Amino acid sequence: MHAPPTRRTALSAGSVVLAFMATAGCANAPSTLDPHGPGAHRIATLWWFMFAVSAAVVLVVGALLLVGAVRRGRRGGPGEEPRWAHALMFGGGVAFPVIILTALWIWTLRDIAALSQPAGPDAVTIDVIGHQWWWEVRYPREGIVTANDIHVPVGQRVRLRLTTQDVLHSFWVPQLTGKTDLIAGRTNTMTIEADRPGVYRGQCAEFCGLQHAQMIFYVVAEAPPDYQAWVARETATPTSPTDPMALEGEQLFERAPCAACHTIRGTSARGTLGPDLSDFGARLSIGAGTVPNTRGNLGGWIVDSQSLKPGNLMPPIQLDPRELQALIAYLESTR
Amino acid sequence: MATPLALRLSERLEKTWEEPPGLGTWLDSVDHKKIGKHYIYTAFLFFTAGGIEALIMRAQLARPNERLLNPEAYNQLFSMHGITMIFFFVTPMLFGFGNYFVPLMIGARDMAFPRLNAFGYWIFLFAGIFMYSSFLIGRAPDDGWFNYVPIAGARFTPGLNIDYYTLGLAFLGISTTVGSVNFIVTIFKLRAPGMSIARLPLYVWAILATSFAVVFALPSLTIANVMLELDRRAGFNFFEVAKGGDVVLWQHLFWIFGHPDVYIIFLPAVGIVSTIIPAFTRRRIIGYVWLALATMATAIIGFGVWVHHMFAVGLPNLSMAFFSAASMLITIPSGVQIFAWIATIISGRPVFKTPMLFIMGFVFVFVMGGVTGVMFASVPFDQQITDSYFVVAHFHYVLFGGAVFPIFAAIHYWAPKMSGRMLHEGWGKVSFWLIFLGFNLTFFPMHIAGLLGMPRRIYTYHGGLGWDVWNLLSTIGGFVLAAGLLVVVLNFLWSLRAGAPAGSDPWGAPDLEWATSSPPPHYNFLEIPTVRSNTPLWDQPELREMGRRVHDLQRTMAEGHVTIGTTVVDAEPEAILPMPESTFVPVVTAIGVTGIFVGFLTLIYPVIVIGGAIAIGGLQAWVRPKEIVG
Repeated sequence: MHAPPTRRTALSAGSVVLAFMATAGCANAPSTLDPHGPGAHRIATLWWFMFAVSAAVVLVVGALLLVGAVRRGRRGGPGEEPRWAHALMFGGGVAFPVIILTALWIWTLRDIAALSQPAGPDAVTIDVIGHQWWWEVRYPREGIVTANDIHVPVGQRVRLRLTTQDVLHSFWVPQLTGKTDLIAGRTNTMTIEADRPGVYRGQCAEFCGLQHAQMIFYVVAEAPPDYQAWVARETATPTSPTDPMALEGEQLFERAPCAACHTIRGTSARGTLGPDLSDFGARLSIGAGTVPNTRGNLGGWIVDSQSLKPGNLMPPIQLDPRELQALIAYLESTR
Repeated sequence: MATPLALRLSERLEKTWEEPPGLGTWLDSVDHKKIGKHYIYTAFLFFTAGGIEALIMRAQLARPNERLLNPEAYNQLFSMHGITMIFFFVTPMLFGFGNYFVPLMIGARDMAFPRLNAFGYWIFLFAGIFMYSSFLIGRAPDDGWFNYVPIAGARFTPGLNIDYYTLGLAFLGISTTVGSVNFIVTIFKLRAPGMSIARLPLYVWAILATSFAVVFALPSLTIANVMLELDRRAGFNFFEVAKGGDVVLWQHLFWIFGHPDVYIIFLPAVGIVSTIIPAFTRRRIIGYVWLALATMATAIIGFGVWVHHMFAVGLPNLSMAFFSAASMLITIPSGVQIFAWIATIISGRPVFKTPMLFIMGFVFVFVMGGVTGVMFASVPFDQQITDSYFVVAHFHYVLFGGAVFPIFAAIHYWAPKMSGRMLHEGWGKVSFWLIFLGFNLTFFPMHIAGLLGMPRRIYTYHGGLGWDVWNLLSTIGGFVLAAGLLVVVLNFLWSLRAGAPAGSDPWGAPDLEWATSSPPPHYNFLEIPTVRSNTPLWDQPELREMGRRVHDLQRTMAEGHVTIGTTVVDAEPEAILPMPESTFVPVVTAIGVTGIFVGFLTLIYPVIVIGGAIAIGGLQAWVRPKEIVG
């Protein structure tokens, strides 16, 4: 049973998230060597195997070079080809790689098969749509539209359908699994799964223009009940804020240039050029990971996003201080 | 002391082959040695430009949230860095050495097509200026060296940036293609009598393999660029999804060229390694036949691995499994080469002069780049790590480690032949250690940054993600590396004025280029020798007095401006080939071709017409040489 969240509980949920971000430094460091999902675990194991073999090869070659360097006096004439030399050439250059690479290839095939197993029919399906330079996130079955934060239930295979609105992008959450490109004119699918609750940092990995560097997103993995609570919040009937300041902000949002590009459910704002802001107040970041979602950053972003993320499509918005405060109050109140 | 006959003949040959000094010689020379030097100097200028671009980027990335560069500037710099290093530095540099040394190593008096050779150089120079002129209007290519669509299409990059890229690379491709054709014919037809295909120096084998790879790979890039330019300028929709085009097509076309290009860069460097190791280990290379075969095998298998650049694109598993196997297979010829070199070093008596140090450094660094290369053949790991800094680390280990270390070995090894003077050995060693340590400090941390999730091609990053320290180390390493490169330049310049005289054979090396004086006379050899070994200078003592005594009057061919043509496999003499005199036709034709490309860039049609007229006129003069020479 989940009551529609009041603004107070929602705010406290938001501050918990913020506190989490502060302690964990925004999110886990996105290390492939700190896997938190079965895909990334599998790949990390593969990596450590390849690393061990590679390190051994480099050490052996280094040692052989040293032997060559310190050894004085040769055996045989300048034209002789000693037996051991051919053994080294074919043993090191053919036999050893054939054995190791055959093993690696079989391992590779096994992992390709394992990683491409589709999610079950009743798993969560999420459409991720790349934009220069943010991520549109849609849950078609639940009817949720959000951006840059992707909420998933822990321990369940989540199916992603990846498309792009403009150029190529690549969806990469190093702690969960390998990346898949977003290809214009195609729909790619991939499966992600997180095995522990947490916030996993993801980032676009295919060059996509000016702000490729700041096309960041977060996968928020929650225990299934928490995830269900989030779904309930997202799908609850939207209500106007009760705080007069925020209410003024809402009216301003609908009037001001904001509504031309952004949508907020339950209002007349229906723009589609920029991200849907219906649950903006609960998001982790502003500008697809450019800065943490704080009041100060939000004010800075509205007035002059170009200095934070040069080249992004949002123009500077001229507001007097009171209007700005109202708008911030409103956006921070959205859930 | 030379015999009177030798003196008389060398004077006559000098008169026939010399080119009058002055600015004109620079423009009209068809001497492969001059053209080779021009290639090397010009490529080094581009190397400097690409290096400065890299240092600016490293300064920007030294710490998080740095604001030295805006994103557009960064994107232009990383794109031009890649384009410069791959297209305007490494290949032309290796072509420069090839130009200078292939005729000397096979005992010929010039390349098969000297005018085409000059033409290739001019096209390279003009294409480089064309590409770099984009900085003047602030519109350098900014979508990376592989220039993926749709971002490189007119909708997302409407400026001239990408037109510079497409036209510039198509333009440069003319140079690379004619250069390769010239190498193939020279190597097949101009070898000294007796230098059968089984006695070909391994460097020449490598140039041959490379040239064939260029001839088969480059059309794919050129076609892709022509299609993209038609898309951008004329609405052809090859890559425009909304109108039925396909963006993945670009990736296939690009990498069908792009992966063989890795070997086009790497193989000549391998040839340098196989050339230098015997000279400094005082023994023949072990496994000559296997090394020659490995060179050819690499060039061929290199055409079957391109999809490993596209494992994250969403291709079918069957395709990925196939290309994974092919990408692993290509390790084997490289492995054979590595262990043949190591066996040669161990069974020889290595002398650690600067060139050999660079070769030792190469083997170590290249093996590190090789093992990470194998990792990318494993599809799931590739999907995790591709487009991260790990890739940046990997390809600098194989390209800087695999090609630039051998290039610096070659500079120290061959510059004495070209200038007649030795580089300073002590400073050579200093430069090696600075470059070796600086290189590893720059690029090793990038592996770690990549494993920690840092994507490539980002102009800035946030602190606290574990990336800061590795980036700072890379930046410090970059400047150490640059200091090492600067020492090489200063050492080289110093050697031109004050280096010890080299003599004809300072290293006691086995190949033919050391049989003639340093620098070689215009005609290369007083007489074209008969080769009976694949280490001729070690096995044929008479070659060491070749400039001083005439052994076979017929082989001096002092009466004309000619060289000997031989059969493809056995190098039996079969023809006396007349060689062209110096001429302005190549440079004029190249200017005409430049006009055509400038015209297409600016869409000023009269420029295309004028350029085309000049180029056609030049070709006319070219096919009727007597009229202009006369």
